[in-house]
Amino acid sequence: MEHLPQIKLEVADLSCSRDDRLLFSGLNFSLSPGQVLLLEGSNGSGKTTLLRVLCGFREADDGQIFWSGQPITESTFFADTAYVGHADGTKKELTVAENLRFALALSRSGKYSIEAALEKVQLAGYDDNLVQTLSAGQKRRVSLARLLITDKILWILDEPFTSLDRQGITLIENLIYEHVKQGGMVILTSHHDLSLPQMNLQRIHLDSCH
Amino acid sequence: MSLTQAFWAIIRRDLLLAFRRRAEMANPLLFFVMVVTLFPLAVGAQPNLLQTMAPGVIWVSALLAALLSLDGLFRSDFEDGSLEQLLLSPHSLSILVLGKIVAHWLVTGLPLLLIAPLLALFLGLPERAMPTLWLTLILATPVLSLIGAIGVALTVGLRRGGMILSLLVLPLYIPVLIFASNAVDRAASGLPVTAQINILLSMFLLSLVLTPLPTAAALKMSVN
Repeated sequence: MEHLPQIKLEVADLSCSRDDRLLFSGLNFSLSPGQVLLLEGSNGSGKTTLLRVLCGFREADDGQIFWSGQPITESTFFADTAYVGHADGTKKELTVAENLRFALALSRSGKYSIEAALEKVQLAGYDDNLVQTLSAGQKRRVSLARLLITDKILWILDEPFTSLDRQGITLIENLIYEHVKQGGMVILTSHHDLSLPQMNLQRIHLDSCH
Repeated sequence: MSLTQAFWAIIRRDLLLAFRRRAEMANPLLFFVMVVTLFPLAVGAQPNLLQTMAPGVIWVSALLAALLSLDGLFRSDFEDGSLEQLLLSPHSLSILVLGKIVAHWLVTGLPLLLIAPLLALFLGLPERAMPTLWLTLILATPVLSLIGAIGVALTVGLRRGGMILSLLVLPLYIPVLIFASNAVDRAASGLPVTAQINILLSMFLLSLVLTPLPTAAALKMSVN
C-alpha cells in the first residue's frame, strides 16, 4: 500500500443528538496514517452514532468531516473506508467464499487473496461452509477477513471484540497493528482494555464531549 | 472492480440467494396460481363469464403476487448489514439497486410470465389474446418491481411497514393494471391494442430510468 502522505481525516466541531438528547457536541479530532483512534464512553454515549456519521449513514446535526482536506461526500472517502458494525454484513445462506467474493466485487482488491485472508483469521478450510453454520465469533472473523481482501485505508470497527475468544482478540490487535504499520488508520470502539502497545493511540471519551 | 462487474455480481448473488431460499421465493408464484384457480370454483361453471373476467383476474392476481414478493427485496439486506456495505461501496448505489431489482424481477416476475398463459387458457381466454397478454406481462411486471422498490426502500426501516407499503405502492400500480388488463380485454375482442402497449412501454422506460435514483435515496434514509 503506497498512499500519499497528505491523507488525513479531520472532524471539525461535530455534534449529534438523538431523540432530543444531545449525544456529543463540539467534537474535534484528526487522524493521520499510522494512527489509531479509540472511542470510549458509557452505553448510549453515542459511540456507534459517531461511527455511523463517519460512514455517512446518518447526518450530523452540525460540523464537518474532511478527508484529505475535502468534505467526505466530494472525496474518495467511501472508496477508502471499510466498516464492520454490529451486523456482520454477510449473507447467511451463502458460503464464506461466496460472501467474500461478493465483497471483493464491490471494491478494490487488497493484498490478501481470499484463501490467505481466511488463513489469517484462522478460518482456513471453511470456504465452502454456509455462514449460517458458523458460530458468532467465526462470523465476526469472516467480516474481518473482508477487511483484509479489500484495499481500504480507514477501518471503522464498532465493537470488533464482541463474541471473540482471547485468541481472536489478539488476532484483531495484530491485524490493527499490521494495518497501522503500513500506513492505515483505524477508528474503533471497545469496552475491552486494549493492550495495543507501541501504537500511536488517541483516545476520545464521548461522555466528556458536551 | 468496475461498476459493470459489481452490477453483475449483485444480480448473481441475489439469484444464488433466491435459489438457496427457493421455498420462500416460490410463495408469490403459488399465490398467483391459487388465486386464479379459485375463481372458477367460486364463480361457478360459467365459461362466458370466466372468459370475460380472465384478463382482469390474471392481472389483479399478478399485481397482488408482485406486492406480496416486494417486502423481501431489501429486508434481509437491511437486517444483516449487507445494505450498509452496499452504501459504503464506491459505486453508484442506484446502479447497484437496479441490479437488485433486476434479480428480483427475474425471480418473481419471470415465473409469472411463464405460467400466466397456462392459467389464461384455463380461464378460457381466446387464443388471439395470448400474445397481448404476454406482451403486457413482459412490459408491466418490471414496472411493478421498479415502482415497488421505492416503496420498500422507504418502509424497510419500519418494524411493521407492510401496511404502509401497500398503501404507498398500490395507487401507483393502478395505471399499470388499467392499461394492461384493458389491452388484454381488447385483444380478446379482436380490437387493436397499440395505444395501450405504447403506454405500457413508456411506463416501463420511464420507471427504468426514474426509479433507481429515489430508491437509492430512500435506502440511505432508511439506514439512518
